[in-house]
Amino acid sequence: MKPEELKAQVLKLLTTIAPELDAASLRADKPLRNQIDLDSMDWLNFLVALHERLKVDIPEADYGKLATLDQLLAYLKEKLPA
Amino acid sequence: MTEFKLPSLGADMDQGKLLEWKVKPGDAVRRGQVIALVDTSKAAVEVEIWHDGVVQELITQPGETIAVGAVMARLATPGEVPVPALRRPASPAARKRAHELDVDIEKLAGTGPHGAVTLEDVEKAAVKPTPAAVPVPDRQAEMRKAIAAAMSRSKREIPHYYLAETIPMQRAMEQLARANAARPVTERVLIGALQLKAVALTLRQFPDLNGFWQDGAFRAGAGIHVGVAISLRQGGLVAPAIHDVDQLSLEDLMRALADLVQRARAGSLRSSEMSDPTITVTNLGEQGVESVFGVIYPPQVALVGFGRIAERALAEGGALRVAPVVTATLSGDHRASDGHRGARFLAALREQLLRPEEL
Repeated sequence: MKPEELKAQVLKLLTTIAPELDAASLRADKPLRNQIDLDSMDWLNFLVALHERLKVDIPEADYGKLATLDQLLAYLKEKLPA
Repeated sequence: MTEFKLPSLGADMDQGKLLEWKVKPGDAVRRGQVIALVDTSKAAVEVEIWHDGVVQELITQPGETIAVGAVMARLATPGEVPVPALRRPASPAARKRAHELDVDIEKLAGTGPHGAVTLEDVEKAAVKPTPAAVPVPDRQAEMRKAIAAAMSRSKREIPHYYLAETIPMQRAMEQLARANAARPVTERVLIGALQLKAVALTLRQFPDLNGFWQDGAFRAGAGIHVGVAISLRQGGLVAPAIHDVDQLSLEDLMRALADLVQRARAGSLRSSEMSDPTITVTNLGEQGVESVFGVIYPPQVALVGFGRIAERALAEGGALRVAPVVTATLSGDHRASDGHRGARFLAALREQLLRPEEL
């Protein structure tokens, strides 16, 4: 999957969790969950959606590597087949 | 014959607007079945019935606003010979047109002589928008008003006392992390579910904190139905109940919690969830606060709050170590219990969270 395609997919899934999300004002290098007020239930729902859409399973132990959108995209790129 | 009345859907709701009947005269209904959809200031609530029976007559019409306790329908109880459902009087032309337009004539309020349904009634009903499409008058403002009313009543009537306790969370978190590592992402359990279970199990020993203050006396809850404070993305909050939390496995409790949060945010709750929480739990830790001293939701008599789980220096056996802790708080109604009892509850909650294997 191309990087911009992956980013679009991720933003789309985030929008289903946080409908008021304004993708244009989201800072990809700043903490993601803070910016769009995702609580742990929202975050879990987002991971379940990622799992269903992209077939990636993200263990809890890796949450720390996913603080920003940039980090999340880099992590997914590693996990997904090229 | 029994009457089906609009149940109370919480202290902050005294009326509702019928959006839709889910049944029609002649239908058999079972205890627990959703029979109507009623709009309140907080959500469109699916109203359940608590008797088996056969619907005889629908009294309230969709679009009507009615008070809590108003008779909405009449039912024949099992064993009772049902009065044959009367056909609603209607002109043959109205009946024919109703058939053509796929309008259920039995559900219409007639405006003709003796309540007969006229051709005009049928045609009006056919162009009426579906209930879901009826615009709700500024639910935000309505919800703010409802919260204001309930919380003002609470602070006016309930003499609150407040207690706090710091609880080490390392064992609980380690156990949960181990269990979650073996679960697929779809079955992962959040620490919030674990805390709910701990509160419910602890309440078994403290029935005087689990129930209602009504008519000048305490009435114990019939089960441990924990109201979960859920903030809505657009602002405001609801605190619907998960029933019999002490009897659910952690996995089932997590599923119930995820479902409840999802439905609360979609504005689709059931009447029993709104009307019968016996205590409320609020968790504001995710917003970064250390502790929360909540306002009791009347007629309940207690509220438990959890703050952020954070690492702190703990002194134990003459040594210092760093460990995750949470501040749990209790807001208690001094009419129903005393601080001494509340303190024992928080101490027992602490012990329960230190024994996560029982959760």
